[in-house]
Parts: sequence; C-alpha cells; structure tokens
Amino acid sequence: MIDSQVVLNGQTIAYTSYAIAIILLMLWFGNKITKSGKTSNVSSTLFYSFVTLLIVLGVSLHIVTYNTIPWAKMDLDRKEIKADKVFDISMENHQFILPSEKLIINVNDKAMFNVTSKDLTYGFGLFRSDNSMLFQMQVVPGHLNDILWQFDKPGVYTIRSTEYSGPKGAQMILKDVVEVVAN
Amino acid sequence: MNFKDTFMNGEQGLFKPATLTPMQKLVLRFVVIGLIYYGFAVIEGMIMRIYQIQPISAIPDYQYFAILTAHPLVGIFGSTYSIVFGAFLFLVPFLMKKPLWSYKLANWTCILIGTGTLTFWLAGFFTHYAPLYTLYWPLPADFSQFNPLGGTFFVLGIALVMLGTVFFVINIFKTILYTPEGWEKQPSKALFLSAMGLSGMTNLFRKKENQKEHLVSLPVAAIARGTVDTALNAGIILFTGVLILVYLIGHQIGFDLKNSAVDALLYKNWFWWGLDLIADGLVLIFVAGTWYLLAMLITGKDLFMQNIARAALLLELVVSWTVWSHHLMSDQAQPGFLKVASGEMVTAFELITQGLAFFITLATLWSARPLKMTNPLKFLLGGLLGFALAVPAGIMQADLGLNRILHNTQWIIGPHVHVAILVGLTMTLYSAIYILFPIVTNGAKLYSQKLANFHFWAHLIGGIGMGAFMGMAGLKGMLRRTIYLHGEFNLYMILAGICGTLLLLAFLAFFYNIVMSVGLKGVIGIFTPSKLDEKVLVSEVEK
Repeated sequence: MIDSQVVLNGQTIAYTSYAIAIILLMLWFGNKITKSGKTSNVSSTLFYSFVTLLIVLGVSLHIVTYNTIPWAKMDLDRKEIKADKVFDISMENHQFILPSEKLIINVNDKAMFNVTSKDLTYGFGLFRSDNSMLFQMQVVPGHLNDILWQFDKPGVYTIRSTEYSGPKGAQMILKDVVEVVAN
Repeated sequence: MNFKDTFMNGEQGLFKPATLTPMQKLVLRFVVIGLIYYGFAVIEGMIMRIYQIQPISAIPDYQYFAILTAHPLVGIFGSTYSIVFGAFLFLVPFLMKKPLWSYKLANWTCILIGTGTLTFWLAGFFTHYAPLYTLYWPLPADFSQFNPLGGTFFVLGIALVMLGTVFFVINIFKTILYTPEGWEKQPSKALFLSAMGLSGMTNLFRKKENQKEHLVSLPVAAIARGTVDTALNAGIILFTGVLILVYLIGHQIGFDLKNSAVDALLYKNWFWWGLDLIADGLVLIFVAGTWYLLAMLITGKDLFMQNIARAALLLELVVSWTVWSHHLMSDQAQPGFLKVASGEMVTAFELITQGLAFFITLATLWSARPLKMTNPLKFLLGGLLGFALAVPAGIMQADLGLNRILHNTQWIIGPHVHVAILVGLTMTLYSAIYILFPIVTNGAKLYSQKLANFHFWAHLIGGIGMGAFMGMAGLKGMLRRTIYLHGEFNLYMILAGICGTLLLLAFLAFFYNIVMSVGLKGVIGIFTPSKLDEKVLVSEVEK
C-alpha cells in the first residue's frame, strides 16, 4: 500500500502550485483592471467553460483519489475484508487500554484496530517517529470505531489521541507501542 | 491640524456625531463593538501562536484551552456577527429605500451580541470552561474537568447572542416584507419569493420577454437567503445550549443525569448540521452577496450573469443544508453513504457555487475597466483571493482518502479556516467598511492612506502566510487543539507567529487610522443618543 507520506507529498505539490497560480492571477487581474483595454465584456462562453471546469474538478478529485489512494476503498469495504490481526483497544479516563504492552504487526499484514470509548469522544492516530501522521480516526463513545490498515514496511509508531477531550487529553501519547516487523 | 486636535476631533474635524441619524450611530456602534472583539480575537490568537512555539508558564494548560474555546466564538459572534448584522441592518433599508422595520429591535441586537459575547468570554476567562466550539458530547457535561457554574454562564452568554440573532432575523425579513406607514400596500408574497430566489430561478426557464422583474435587488436577496441559515443555526445552538444547561443545572442541584442518554454520534451529526449553516451557509452566501454589492457599487454597473448569480445563491442555500457530513468523515460509525454523498459529493458543489460567485464578481469588475485601485477595491480583491485559496483547501480535506491523513491537523485550521475567515471574510468586511465609511459618517475623511495601504498588505501577507505555515505543519502531522511541549514544529510555528504579528500590526494600524479619522470625541459621540428621526436612514447633510 502506498505510504500516506507519498499522498501528502502529492497534495503539497498540487496545492502549492495552485496557490501560486491563483495569487499570480489575482496580482495580474488587480494590475490589469486599472488600465484601459480593447474589450471589457466577458463572453458567456468563457463563463460556461469555467463552470464546466469547476464541475469536472469537483467530481474528478474524489474519483481520482478513490482509485489511487488505497485506504479509501479499503475503508468503505472493511467489513468484508478479513484482517490478519485484530487489536481491541478501549479508552477511558484519558487513558488508552491496550490488549498488550506492544502491538506487533507483520509487514504486509492488514491490522484491524477496534477502539471503544467508555466516557468521552477521543481520537486514535498512529504517528511516525518524526511526528508525521500515518492515519487517524475519531473515537466516539457508544459506538464501535474500527479502522483497517495495511503496513507495507517495518517501523515503529506512536499512538496519540487526535481529538480534544479537555485539558487532560492533550498528552494522551503512547510512545513507540506499535511495531511493524519483517516476516 | 496638529496631532492633538486631530486625535480629539478627527481628520480635519469633518466627523460631526451630532449630524448622525440613530441608524448611522447604530451601525457605527456595531462596527466599534465588532472591531473591539476582533482585537480580542487577535490578541488571543497571538497568545496561542506563542504557546505553540513555547508554552507560557504564566498560562496553565486549562487557561490555554479556555482561550482556545473563546477565540473562535469571540471572532465569529462578537466580531463578525456584529459587523455583518450592523452593515445589513443598514443596507437592507438603504437598498430597498424604506425604513428599517424596528430600530429598537436592531438596538437590542447590538446590546445582546455585545453583552452575550462578554458574558461567555468572562465565563471562560474566570472558570476555564473549555469544551471547545465543537462541544463533542459528553464533554460539555464533563464536570470532572469543568466547573458547572462556569458552564452555565458560558451557555447563558451564547444564548444572549442567539437571542440578538433571532431579533436580527425578524428585523431583516420584516423590513423586506412590510409596508411602511403611509406607503402603498407592498406585495409581501412576491417580495418573499424574489428574496428567496424562487422568481429568479423560474426566470432561468422563461423566455427573455416573459421573465419577471426582480422586486428585490440581488444583494438583498443574498442577505435574505443567508439570514435563513442564520435563523436555523440560532435554533440549533439555542436547543443545544438548553440541553447542556439541563445537565449543568441538574448537576448543581444534585441530580447527575446520565451522559449516555444522548447518543454522541447523533449529537455530532445534529451539531455539525447546525454549525455548517454558519461555516458553509451564511458565510458563503453573505460573502457572495457582499461581493456582488461591492462590485456593483465600485463599478456602478449591473452584475454579470445576474440570473445565474441569483440561482446559485439558492443552490448554495440548499447545499448548506446537506454538507455537514464532511465533518464526520473520520467517524467510522457514520454511514458510508453519508460520507460519500453529503461529505464528498454535495460538498464539491461549494467549489462550483463559490467559484461562480468569484467569476461573476471578477467579470463585473472587468467590465468597468479602467478602475481606480481604491481601498474597497483592493480589499475586495483580497477577500476574493482568500476564498479562492481556502475553498479548494476545504474540498481537498472533504475527501475520504485525504481526510484520513488531514483531519484535526493544522491543515484544517490553517489554509482552510483561517485563510477563509481572516483573508476571505475579514478582507471582504474591511472592503465594506471602507466603502460605507463616508456614507455612515456623513463624509468623514480617512486620516492616512499610507496606513490603509499598510493595513492591506500586512493583513493579506500575514493572513495567507500564517495559514500557509500552519498548513505546512499540518502536512507534517501537527495536530490542532493540543499542546506540543518539545518544540516539535517550531520552524513552522515561529514563521506562523511572525505572520500573526503582521496581522496584529495591520489591525492596530487600521484601528488607529479610524480613531484618528473620527477623533476621540467622535468615538464617544457615536454612543450618545441621536436627536434625529429613527426612520431616517441618512441625514440631510449627507444627501
């Protein structure tokens, strides 16, 4: 499975390019409207072409990501996919309660994290050692919160609550408790 | 004039509060209150910017989260609601050339929003009630972390703001529909249909010669449609406040109610449905309407593709009722079809509706070339750029794949929320303030154009820069709503802090410029009663 960092790198390039383009466009526009021009009317063809472009962009973004980001489809189909490992985790009083001290996963395994909260709304996220995020989900009390993830290379991850649950929740961190090991 | 004279009497002594009508004074009061609360929000923002670099020992974490809770509410309700409501209570009668339905009710709106904001801010400051604006159940009723008495006052403050909001809604619709004394009977039903955009929508399917005349101008139609979302949102927040209040008061009198009686996911859906009526409803609709008005006032021309613009506003209203699920894409218990249909697909329509408003405004400006680069025009362009940056950032995060790695990171709150609010919304409001300034002050002159230019560039660069550096930190995994103790993201946070300082300096320059324009006596005069007729909008001096 593609690493989530690769997706983030792609997003960074795409959005930065767009941001630079739109800033330059507005600078050009701001300069141009202060000067007389040959024509001042905007054609309806240009308008409808722009509308069509917006529709294509709006719809195609999700189609492209659904077909290129592997966890999107896996997430929607997770009930039908058999997990190689299942971890039942509960959260209460601003604490994670893990099934074992370390969560060991083999490379290329699909691991299911079933997380329940007994009091507040929390978050559940895995983070790399450089603090970047691998994935996250919300943990809502009274519901099963499950996420399936395939780990394609060895690594060590930190679990952290990704949702505000009051001042006590800010440091809900379990350092290096998930280990992905080679077979 | 020397400095002292200018400071006391305003630029060239042109601002004379005694010549102002009650409505002009009321608008200026709304603006002053809005700017003071904007100052609150900027200072709070700077405290939090410093805290993200290095936690401040004098401010404990529970105080930090109380600031984090108050900050968006002071910004949206205390500042934006004040400025927007004040402007619209003036503009609707101004554009419809009829008196406001009730001056007294408008005055109460001002008082309630001002005191309500102060009440919830003080409750947060003194008692550290901090469930954040998202209020994820059952956090607002968690009395192991929060003082129930503080929560009660907090909810009371919000309720006062919502009551003021309800008064605003009534006043706007009544003003559009009512018949002033001595006037020929107004066609209320036709006015309502025009205001809601239904007659504009049917015009799209009629031949040109059969198209109905618009009884309500496009900016008024936009205000009316945004006001529908304002009303629905006030209902949701009031209901939510009452629910929390039941738990708060129950605890204080010794009856602890069962938190699990309220389903956390259902509550989250309910809350976000209501909150998105602000974020994706009234903000986008009000902003689009304000862009149209500003473009028409700046160019003196009709709006490009007016019927499409009217229809798009109606579409935006419907879209705003059906997009809430993009806030629950990381909630695994949320049904998948809601994530895809509401979260992804309907949300993508916002790219279209806001893109249309963007294009229509630019095309209208283009049609009037050459234009002078005035303060209203440059701030309008800044506002347009803000939304052009922030809306696509929001569409990206409302995606099943990307949300998994973006939700609750600084990406959400930086390039999307802060760029939308600080650059898009606030610069649009500044444009409106600069254009309305001579009208509501009977021709007062701006003290310094150099300060206005500094205000523009410092705000634009500060706002975009802060959003960008927060976004970069978000892409590196930095969460929002938490505290980093070891400087993990210091490079980005220092750069964001420098940009935040620019925003603070921009505000100080603007505030100083306005105070020097109207003078200290002028500021005081705004808050003294006017002796002129309440029904007159602008005094004869201005006319």
